[in-house]
Parts: sequence; structure tokens; C-alpha cells
Amino acid sequence: MSSEEKLMENFMRKIEAEEKIEPKDWMPKAYRKNLIRQISQHGHSEIIGMQPEGNWLTRAPSLRRKAVLLSKVQDEAGHGLYLYSATETLGISRAELIAALQDGSAKYASIFNYPTQTWADVGAIGWLVDGAAIVNQISLQRTSYGPYARAMVRICKEESFHVRQGYEMMIALAQGSPAQKALAQDALNRFYWPALMMFGPHDSESAHSARSMQWKIKRETNDDLRQKFVDQTVAQIEFLGLQHPDADIKWNEETGHYDGGELDWDEFYSVINGNGHCNRQRIEHHVAAHEEGAWVREAMQAYREKQRNKAHKQAA
Amino acid sequence: MANESMVLFEVFIRSRRGLDHKHVGSVHAEDSEQALEYARDCYTRRSEGVSIWVVKSEDITASQEDDSESFYDPSDDKPYRHATYYKLPEAVNNM
Repeated sequence: MSSEEKLMENFMRKIEAEEKIEPKDWMPKAYRKNLIRQISQHGHSEIIGMQPEGNWLTRAPSLRRKAVLLSKVQDEAGHGLYLYSATETLGISRAELIAALQDGSAKYASIFNYPTQTWADVGAIGWLVDGAAIVNQISLQRTSYGPYARAMVRICKEESFHVRQGYEMMIALAQGSPAQKALAQDALNRFYWPALMMFGPHDSESAHSARSMQWKIKRETNDDLRQKFVDQTVAQIEFLGLQHPDADIKWNEETGHYDGGELDWDEFYSVINGNGHCNRQRIEHHVAAHEEGAWVREAMQAYREKQRNKAHKQAA
Repeated sequence: MANESMVLFEVFIRSRRGLDHKHVGSVHAEDSEQALEYARDCYTRRSEGVSIWVVKSEDITASQEDDSESFYDPSDDKPYRHATYYKLPEAVNNM
């Protein structure tokens, strides 16, 4: 057996035994590459995800709602940071990660390419988008890469607030005036399907799924996670007294799950490939914010050099 | 004493794969390699760990507990950052 085969055998033994892989461990190149792709994509989603909600910060209807939304957006920045830190343990730099986001070679969740047209969209995002993210992230707490798993534990703890504030807002709208209720229904109609698409393509179409499952990077398949979300959302829509956006949703006695209509996969691929409503705007905004912040980074660097020179002079 | 010229290292141990490294104490050593060996001899005599980190104590910047009131003050008046702040009816309270 070659030494590479021995390393691989040892690696697989750890995976099989449900042990975590840690940064200094040997790991197959493809495992490392796969992790960098998935964790950075996850981190980019948190970062770009600040934009649709940030759109409503200055127009929140009350100080309370504004403070809550500000806190939520702040959390997303924090989550992005946890995930970038986890990615950096794999030997890639922050600058490389950001460059890949900006030149389009790294993706982020396509849900964030949909515009937030009304205030109700902020509620729908908290409830549905963060709700779908949690289903995925709870599963990822058991991912095989230690730093990723630990970041997920931290994020899941904080994420519950996001869903609850969103749903609370939906209750307020659904129980409000007819116009408010109509806003809630419209937001639900527009965000329900893209939220289902967050789980990715069907397992049979998913390019990375099989190996990711074998290496326990992913613990449950796209379709299984999506089904969980579909099931839990039915009662939540009913409670709001809103109409379910899927006319075909139906309880299946045999499987113990809800059956629903097929997703519009053409739309999914079209948005992923850059043709959503906001793809260009999201990246342009990220690039602009990064460039406009350059003077701060330069000033910090100048200050550090000045302090260093001062200390040097004092020592001399 | 010769000991005083040695460098102080803080020791962090990961007890099991998947867990964070946790601070366990410190050792004096000439360099980081030696600190690692001393830490092994001192803190993992009964298989307490699978991974050790040593960090020069002087490289650690710490917040001051005496200042904690003003340091953490900004989060004290933000109860809405907690999930329990949002009261939902029983039927949908499992989110």
C-alpha cells in the first residue's frame, strides 16, 4: 500500500467512525476543494444576504422593527465571518475568497437575487428564508469538518431569533387590515418557491451530492431537507390564515409527508446563472462597498506603521 | 534564576476531535517546540487531549474584567437579539 493510500484509509476510518476532520489532518485534495467551495458559498450567502433586508432598514415602520432588523443584519455579517474563518482553516485567504465572489467564480444562495419589494418581504424572508436555512444548518452541525460543524452550532443558536421575528411580523400583518393581509399573502407567494429552491437541485441532478454524502460533508440529501421544510411550513401558513402558494399541496397518508407541485427549475438555473432580478446589483454593491471602504483599511495600516516607527525610535 | 529568562506559554488542549481547544494552564519554555513537549508532559499525562496549542502569553491581548460594564454595555439593552423575546402562540411555537 502506498503512503497516499494509507493516509486515505486513515481518513476514511475517521469519517466512518463519525470523528471530525480537523485543520491539520491529512485530507484528500477533493475533500478540501469541496469544503472550500461549500463553506465559502455559505459565507458569501450570509454576506450578500444582508442586502435585500438592508434595503428596508431606513424604512422600517417602527423603531422596534428597525432595531430588530438592524440586529438581524448584524448577525448575518457575523455569520459570514464565522464561515470565512472556517474556510480560512483550509488554507485559502480572505482576499482570494472575496475575489472569487466578486468575479462570479464563487456562488451564493440564489434566493438573494430576488428583490424585496414590500415591507412584508422582510417578514417572509425571516420566516421562510432563514427557516429553510436552519433546516439545512441543523443537519450541517454534524458535518465531518470540525471548524464547519462548530460554526454551524454557533449559527443555529443565533438563527432562531431570525425566524421568530419574521413570523411575528407575518402574524401582525396577517391579522391587520385587509391591505396588510394582502401584503403578507403576496410576500408568501413570491418567496415560497425560491425558498424551496434554496435546498438545491433534485438529488438526481446534484453535481456534488453523492461524494459530499460519502464524505459526510452533507448529512442529508437536498430532497430530504426540502421535504422537512415543506412539511413544517404547512401548519405555519394555516395558522396565519393565508392561502398556500402551492395549489397541489396534499397530505400523503402513505409517506407521512406532504406532496407538492414541481418547482420551476428553469427559473432556478436562470437565476443561478446570473439572470435573476438583482444578480448584477448585488455584486456591484459588494464591489462598491469594498472599494469605498478602502480608505479605512489604508488609514488603519498607516496608523499601525506610524505606531511601529514610534516604538522603534523609542527603542533606539 | 534561569527560569525567569524562559518564556511563558499558555496551553490549550483539544480533548476530543470536533471540540474546541480549551485553555488549561501555562508552561515556561525556551521555545515553542519545547513548550509543546512540556505541555504534553504536564497536561496530558492521562490522555486528556488529541491536540495541543501553545501561544506566547505576551501575544495574548485580553479584555479587562474591571472594564466589562462599559465594554459590554452596548448589548445589555437589546433583549430582542434573543429568540425568547418573541412570544408566539403555542401552535407555532416550535420554531
